[in-house]
Amino acid sequence: MITEFGHYALVTALFAALIQSTVPLVGAARGDGAWISAAKPAAIVQFVLVAIAFAALTQAYVTSDFSVNNVYENSHSMKPMIYKVTGVWGNHEGSLLLWVLILALFGCCLALFSRRLPPSLMARVLAVQGMIGVGFLAFILFTSNPFLRLPHAPLDGTGLNPLLQDPGLALHPPFLYLGYVGFSVAFSFAIAALLEGRVDAAWARWVRPWTMAAWAFLTIGVGLGSWWAYYELGWGGWWFWDPVENASFIPWLSGTALLHSVIVVEKRDTMKAWTVFLAIVTFSLSLLGTFLVRSGVLTSVHAFATDPARGVFILILLILVAGGSLALFASRGPALKSTGLFQPISREGGLLLNNLLMSAAAAVVLLGTLYPLFLDAIGGAKVSVGAPFFNSVFFPIMTPMAAAMAVGPLLAWKRGDLFPALKKLWAAFVMTAAAVIATWSFHSDGPPIGLLGMGLAAWLFTGTLVEFAERAKLARVPLLESFKRMAHFSGASWGMTLAHLGLAVAIAGMAGAGSWKVESIQVMKPGDSVDVAGYQYTFNGARQRQGPNYSSTVGSFTVREDGREIVTLQSEKRVYPVRNMPTTEAAIHTMFLGDLYAVIGDPDKDVEGGFITRLYYNPFVVWLWAGGLIMVLGAALSVADRRYRIGAPAHRRQAATAKV
Amino acid sequence: MKRLVLALILCLAAVNAVAVNPDEVLDDPVLEARAREISKGLRCLVCQNQSIDESGASLAKDLRILVRERLVAGDSNEQVIDYVVSRYGDFVLLKPRFKSYTLALWLGPVLIVGLGLLAVIIFFRRRTSAAAAAPAPLSKAEKKRLKALMNGES
Repeated sequence: MITEFGHYALVTALFAALIQSTVPLVGAARGDGAWISAAKPAAIVQFVLVAIAFAALTQAYVTSDFSVNNVYENSHSMKPMIYKVTGVWGNHEGSLLLWVLILALFGCCLALFSRRLPPSLMARVLAVQGMIGVGFLAFILFTSNPFLRLPHAPLDGTGLNPLLQDPGLALHPPFLYLGYVGFSVAFSFAIAALLEGRVDAAWARWVRPWTMAAWAFLTIGVGLGSWWAYYELGWGGWWFWDPVENASFIPWLSGTALLHSVIVVEKRDTMKAWTVFLAIVTFSLSLLGTFLVRSGVLTSVHAFATDPARGVFILILLILVAGGSLALFASRGPALKSTGLFQPISREGGLLLNNLLMSAAAAVVLLGTLYPLFLDAIGGAKVSVGAPFFNSVFFPIMTPMAAAMAVGPLLAWKRGDLFPALKKLWAAFVMTAAAVIATWSFHSDGPPIGLLGMGLAAWLFTGTLVEFAERAKLARVPLLESFKRMAHFSGASWGMTLAHLGLAVAIAGMAGAGSWKVESIQVMKPGDSVDVAGYQYTFNGARQRQGPNYSSTVGSFTVREDGREIVTLQSEKRVYPVRNMPTTEAAIHTMFLGDLYAVIGDPDKDVEGGFITRLYYNPFVVWLWAGGLIMVLGAALSVADRRYRIGAPAHRRQAATAKV
Repeated sequence: MKRLVLALILCLAAVNAVAVNPDEVLDDPVLEARAREISKGLRCLVCQNQSIDESGASLAKDLRILVRERLVAGDSNEQVIDYVVSRYGDFVLLKPRFKSYTLALWLGPVLIVGLGLLAVIIFFRRRTSAAAAAPAPLSKAEKKRLKALMNGES
């Protein structure tokens, strides 16, 4: 009964979205206040209805109602409660419902919190949001309905994929979707701006926090995914350039470009058309990511062709959104006149360079991801494009980017001077040299990329601190005065400093983990010891343990450094009987400079009591995620910046529209 | 990343995420290091986008052993890779070779960055010419009006 109620709510939500996408738009075109004012209630009603539908599906999962096909196929009565709940989005239909829920949530937040928006702009933004909602609600109802019943309820479900029964992967999709869908707000603002024919500082100030929030969520989502891969796959890898990872990384790259170009629009009233274009592209890439993952096209172009209903629907949706908005951009974009002028060497120039390299990186990753599909679709040769390709094209683009990041913020707006800026960076030159020499002395036999990465990290980290000290006039005015200056720094400027520092930390993590990982694979009997990077791992033996819905072999390792005991690691190999599938739970001890990492494998066939064990020392790897968290913290400070919530520019804007 | 899972199931379902096994490892550490390096560039054909170095599938294991056999037989890295390609085709390479049908893949990045730079240069060229032309000289009527204003003020 509750399931049918949820189904009904979802159908009604489609109608609410239809109203939201049409009535306000007509109202804005005609200047009819009554029609315009339909936007807000429609957005709120749509959210409430989708939330009811989502709650109904969750209820079916929590109570293990196996008469619902979706629950039967993806759940099991023995599953722990938390994975019954997260299992709601651990499948195609449920995850799309989550997608729409988040979309409706953003629409609802826009309606509730953006009271200062001029009514016609608001109406148009919400209408565009409504259109996206119509597309996805129709997609769910016509091709991926989670509320369908089975004629005879089975006794139990077929269970959730054990790999998804993990906190990291349970939270990964919601954050990813908050990011993907968050970019829809920037997209809707871009379309609304094209319809209104104006983009100004006030517009940029509305778009900026939304974009920043979406970017932060996407950063968390991508980070959670790579963290999960690190501890779950059992060999310390954290990034594979897999098409599915790339699908979320490409919008992250273009989103990063977008949140920098919006700054230029806000501060200098230029790069407007480009920013609108980027907003359209970023959301289109988010949709493309959804398409790639949801249509099955990645597994095989042919699989996609044999069961095309879902794939074709979402492909049409993608073409409508991207094609329609780009056509609108082509006709209206050139009319967006920019006024601010600047020299190539200037703050704007630096941000432009960021945009150039970030967009190029996004395009290159997109090219590599789609190339095999494209070649296959036109009947060409079958090729594989994997990590070695991406590494060889991605890093040459990102290295100059990170190098320039230390310089850009030191340049003045409009017209900057390169040499004074470089002179201020003397400390960064010193630290870079120190980092490279120190790295060399420890890892002279390591790959050169490790040296480059550590040098780059030191350069960016120190450079960012230099810029911060410059602004605070540290050591040039009394300390108290400097602190006073810092206290007056805006949230956005603190955010910039933190985010750039975070990237420096993450680069050090990538360089370290990618260059000097130490691995040891062997058969060990209880009592055996192995030396890994100066740490003695002693195998204490393995025992059986019974989990809630799995049984596991727990291998225990004691790690010592120079005879001093550091930690005892407990690594698990679980078997989930419902799906008869094993998973690995690596045992990890994180230290400042590296992780101790142990994995227990199968019992050895030949050695009595022996187990295959994999032991690792993963240097600096935690810096990767620590850096990501610092970046997210920076974004959060920027979103919290008071200036984006108080109304000074908004009032001016309202006055301007009132005059017209 | 989430659907990476689905891809991985194909590989992980049969064997757990154990890639290189102790019984495969060569005694000579130099040869073993070369084998690992080569393995990272070869695709596990039944997996989605995984190298044989990472994969637990039995086919990957066969390939890893094959690579090591060739190395022990005295092949150079290139010879090993050529041998594997001759048996399994170009599909096995994770970094495609430069060929007619990968032309766009390899030239694409250069082209993308090049066109981007070109666009930026054109942008600045136009800007400077626009800036030079920006303050349009006053028209006759404007000059007249300006003169009148100045006179009126003084």
